[in-house]
Amino acid sequence: MANLAQAIRLALHYGEENLGVTDIFGEDVGAPLGGVFTATQGLKTAWNTPLDERGIIGTALGIAYAGGKPVAEIQFCDYIYNVIDLLKLCGNVTWSSAGEYSVPMVLMTPVGSGIHGSMYHSHSFESIATHIQGWKIVMPSNPKDAYGLMLSAIAEPNPVLFLAPKALMRQKGAELIPGEPADERTLHAMIDAPLGDRSDWTPNWPPVEDYRVAIGEAKIARAGTQLTVVTYGRMLPLSVNAAETLAKEGLEIEVIDLRTIYPFDLPCVKASVEKTGRLLVINEDTEVTNFGEHIIRKVLDEAFYSLEVKPELLAGLDVPGVGLAWGYEQNSVPQADDVLAAMRRLATERA
Amino acid sequence: MTATPWQAPKLDDTLKVAIHDKMVLGRATEEMLIRMMRTGHGYFWIGGPGEEGFNVPLGLLTKKGHGPDFDYLHLHYRSSATILAMGGAPIDILRQMRSTATDPFSKGRNFVNHFAIKPWNVVPVTPTIETQYATVIGTALVQQRHGGDGLSYVTGGDAGSAEGDFWTCMNWSTRPGRELPVLILVTQNEFGISTPANQTQNNLRLNERANGFGIKNACVDGNDPIASWHALVEAMAYVRHERKPYCLQANVSRLYGHSSSSGANRYDEPDCVSLYEQRLIRENLMTQAEIKAVWDKHNAQLADDLQKVIAEPMPDKSQVLQHVWHEGPAGN
Repeated sequence: MANLAQAIRLALHYGEENLGVTDIFGEDVGAPLGGVFTATQGLKTAWNTPLDERGIIGTALGIAYAGGKPVAEIQFCDYIYNVIDLLKLCGNVTWSSAGEYSVPMVLMTPVGSGIHGSMYHSHSFESIATHIQGWKIVMPSNPKDAYGLMLSAIAEPNPVLFLAPKALMRQKGAELIPGEPADERTLHAMIDAPLGDRSDWTPNWPPVEDYRVAIGEAKIARAGTQLTVVTYGRMLPLSVNAAETLAKEGLEIEVIDLRTIYPFDLPCVKASVEKTGRLLVINEDTEVTNFGEHIIRKVLDEAFYSLEVKPELLAGLDVPGVGLAWGYEQNSVPQADDVLAAMRRLATERA
Repeated sequence: MTATPWQAPKLDDTLKVAIHDKMVLGRATEEMLIRMMRTGHGYFWIGGPGEEGFNVPLGLLTKKGHGPDFDYLHLHYRSSATILAMGGAPIDILRQMRSTATDPFSKGRNFVNHFAIKPWNVVPVTPTIETQYATVIGTALVQQRHGGDGLSYVTGGDAGSAEGDFWTCMNWSTRPGRELPVLILVTQNEFGISTPANQTQNNLRLNERANGFGIKNACVDGNDPIASWHALVEAMAYVRHERKPYCLQANVSRLYGHSSSSGANRYDEPDCVSLYEQRLIRENLMTQAEIKAVWDKHNAQLADDLQKVIAEPMPDKSQVLQHVWHEGPAGN
């Protein structure tokens, strides 16, 4: 099975060959490295840029203006803050020009903690991103969804922010991407660059196929009846694992993988809450003005009388950064034990 | 539209008179906008009176059309004379000033002089004063690959050149072996809103910053449309054929201040239109009566335009939800 970085790479390759991708670029995105997580290795339209985030976003928008289809990368979302006004511009071009221009571009950036990344390689970005109107925002939790979401992002006529949970980049999937070789060693030999000198290396791409995960569609990752957990990205596998643990205690937890953060699949969430009467939103971002608060507010608007107990948000601590020491990160971002405890508490709280 | 190689028009006497006509149109339009602001027919004015001597030649020398064979324009908000010189309709600018539903550039969503004209490769103008120096890289990159003689030009002021995107533009357009056909333009009016440039910039020859990147550059008197014409012809020819960047600074006046925010009152600075009129009379190309007739023609037309615009509908509240997302196939 492909890992998440390989899945992104396969999707970008498919996009180059079939969906009109003209440029894949960013710092270290081209040869020889092919991205710090190797997600852009061997791609024919990948190129390296100056270490200049403003130039990267401005160039992407200009390419889109001129009829191209760019996929740009900010190496870590922690370094995206100096381009906020350009992101705002990308998001408002269609509206401010009354539909004269569209912005078909994809911006991908790794997010979240879990790799001992310290202050500037551990941030989350979805809460701030959802304040920048005009963007669609997706975050996969597994390789197959990463592939399908990337193809949908490439085909989308609006700007799409593709958030890649960095802690899952090396996680393998449970399902094959259509066209992917069944043997992961075969895939590795075909598309992973060798160590050392790779100047003569070219990938041997497998015949991957068109597979889309529609933007705006969540997935019920685990069905249940006693609590709805809404999550995405790195928190998804932690939540599914916790739900399976709790199933042994007789608690049936429904876990929704949002996949698209904006616009999020409210009908899916609402239907689940109407079934379970309980809602727990889990993500890594800091808790103040957290996107999960918006999810809870929408549920209060649309399904208040279905709730049996107050909804809750399990999120990151409101501190300036994720500290490097083990204890700091453990106490800054929800961990497996926190997820398990929150789910057990909310599922068993007296109504 | 065809993709034939661009040939600059010959600057003969007929064209010199035509330049005057467009300069007057630009000035009369801006003065109408200011009157609209003062009489309650628009919320806010910002524009480019004083820059017509440079902006009209720029518009006339633009290879106008859609797609990478033609020039991409990354303008700032003082560029009305450029759009008018290209054949833009003044009534459309009045529509944007009044924020009508008929405003073709933004349907009443943006300030006046914030153009977006896809058939002419005019990408949306923003108030950010710097982002255009970053977006121009992308259109130029597409043109570099595409071939032909289309270029991308970007305009900004001296204040905006202090922003990082100005440096980004010069760096990205001079990567070894990957040079880009970008014409980097700075209209230097010596003010950033109310702050004199000599308080914020060590060297007011901003084009000389380009020396550090090996970019060919020049400075021209933007109050002189003939000098501006020749400077632009040289700069554009270099970019079109060498496929490398060029930085041109035009020293201009700012005749009505920054915007509504500073009152939009007339300042005592050299006026490129009246200076040019004196020259046309001196060179026996126009008489005072002919010049007056040009002003009367444009002022009368603008007065008629205003009456039409006043009668046009304003956007319905529900229209605020339109165009949040682009519906339909991707692509520009």
